[in-house]
Amino acid sequence: MKKFSYTIKDETGIHARPAGNLAKLAKGFAGTKITIEKGGRSVDVTKLMMLMGLGVKCGDTVTFTVDGPDEEAAAAAAEQFMQDNL
Amino acid sequence: MVKFSGKGVYGAVAVGRVSVFARQEAAVRRIHTDDPEHEIARVASAKETASEQLSAIYEKALKEVGETHAQIFEIHMMMLEDDDYNESIENNIRTQNVNAEYAVAVTADNFSAMFAAMDDAYMQARSADVRDISNRLIACLTGSSEGSASWGGKMIVCADDLAPSETVSLDKDRVMAFVTAFGSTNSHTAILARNMNIPAVIGAGEEFLAAVKDGDVLIVDGHTGELIIDPDEDTVREYLARQEDDARKKALLQELKGKPDVTADGREVKVYANIGGVDGIGAVLANDAGGIGLFRSEFLYLESTELPTEEQQFSAYKKVLESMAGKKVIIRTLDIGADKQIDYFGLEKEENPALGMRAVRICLTRPDIFRTQLRALYRASVYGELGIMFPMITSAEEVEKCLAACGQVRSELKADGIPFSENVELGIMIETPAAAVISDILAPMVDFFSVGTNDLTQYTLACDRQNPRIEAFVDTHHEAVLRLIEMSAENAHKHGAWIGICGELAADTSLTERFLRMGIDELSVSAPFVLPLRKKIRSLDLSAED
Repeated sequence: MKKFSYTIKDETGIHARPAGNLAKLAKGFAGTKITIEKGGRSVDVTKLMMLMGLGVKCGDTVTFTVDGPDEEAAAAAAEQFMQDNL
Repeated sequence: MVKFSGKGVYGAVAVGRVSVFARQEAAVRRIHTDDPEHEIARVASAKETASEQLSAIYEKALKEVGETHAQIFEIHMMMLEDDDYNESIENNIRTQNVNAEYAVAVTADNFSAMFAAMDDAYMQARSADVRDISNRLIACLTGSSEGSASWGGKMIVCADDLAPSETVSLDKDRVMAFVTAFGSTNSHTAILARNMNIPAVIGAGEEFLAAVKDGDVLIVDGHTGELIIDPDEDTVREYLARQEDDARKKALLQELKGKPDVTADGREVKVYANIGGVDGIGAVLANDAGGIGLFRSEFLYLESTELPTEEQQFSAYKKVLESMAGKKVIIRTLDIGADKQIDYFGLEKEENPALGMRAVRICLTRPDIFRTQLRALYRASVYGELGIMFPMITSAEEVEKCLAACGQVRSELKADGIPFSENVELGIMIETPAAAVISDILAPMVDFFSVGTNDLTQYTLACDRQNPRIEAFVDTHHEAVLRLIEMSAENAHKHGAWIGICGELAADTSLTERFLRMGIDELSVSAPFVLPLRKKIRSLDLSAED
């Protein structure tokens, strides 16, 4: 299991577009579960609506937990995605 | 003739006939089923159809509004595949023994309620996306066709609300404008309208929708959000003239966009724009201004019920600087008091507010407020070319205090290791006769002057701006005011400072030549005046004798 935290720098936070792209990325690692946690609530990143419903805003710190056979690569990809887009 | 109003989202005028957007919304009824698996299979096949429709819409949007804005339909497709959404539909069918349509409608209600309850306007607007995909799914289930606007020929589409997919599906060649009773300026529908260059007014209210019918003549003013049903001839003529005016401006833009602000004999003048909030940036860029000569920071204070925090201010200033991408942005520090009052400042009522506690006087009396703003400004300074100017200066002592406050903030930031730009220009407004008269003393202290002609006129001529009865006595071209400006320009240049004009007089093209002959370096005007002013400047030849 891999874990990392990230603080959102993008002004609009995880809005529809990045949420969609993040969900797409997570779906690419079938068998590996990526969850995102904010303020005690955690959701599966592939679940787009829940992810958007988390309401992650600029300045929020979120924690990713990646678990599964592909966890190394998936965690690296998710972290890269966050840095590039959010 | 009946008038309504909403929020204009794309500045243009349309005069035409109404077509009310009829959505064949099948009323969803709850029907008991003994064969839930059959209903689930129906959902699966409807989803396939909906998905195909969405990908066709995505392709259309890709061509018409570009990838960034088309992506919402890709997200719609993903929402349609969302596990929780689909599980909820299935669960409803299985546990309640209901028909597919009903299960979709209930699920849509739940998910859109989740978004609507979020404390973020952007996310609230997403509840419309859930409704959009759900209505599509229901339409596919019932086999009803998509909503459409029926009037033949060019039309103004009026609807309660338009889903993004419906907006893009409209035939651009036939739609002159659209008006919705509901919806927010944040919605994708509003964003799409802007990108499709269609005049649009949203949030016109239920009463508007109740009042229009197919074939009505309607005026839509996307600038002001005004709507006029069944206008009389004079009004139609007036708006057609405005439409022509818009067309002329557009032509002017085509002709002058990207051209330098240089007189015929080669003198360069900076033409900047004045704005009163972050949402004005669009107009600044659309009118091709060379920078922002006056960014009024009051909106931050006026829109809030308490003092805006350093973070809130920082984020607004950063946004402006970033959007202007290296072009000059001059932000004026807090200028409230007089005609702009804010309750939470707790300012006492004054006999004579124009001569009272306002602008820099508040800042120097309440250093905490001033410091917060200056910190936010300096922190944002690394994102572009920032200038800071102080309003209502009357003495060298005030300027010294302002500069000292800036110095204090810079050393605080340095001590905390927070980056800021070393090239922030500091300037003052010349808007009191006192400042103009001692401009020789003030000029060596600052990088620039910016003349606020409205206040300068009011104070010089002893004429209250707010008093309509004395309008006849306000001569905006009064020689006294012009001489004060000329004097300030001479003194500025003598001491290596530059001088601009950011008041209304800057846009008065009958004075442009005189200003340039005085040596004014910059003129800052409301965005719509940028290009007419550019045209005027390019026509002037200062090498000729007066």
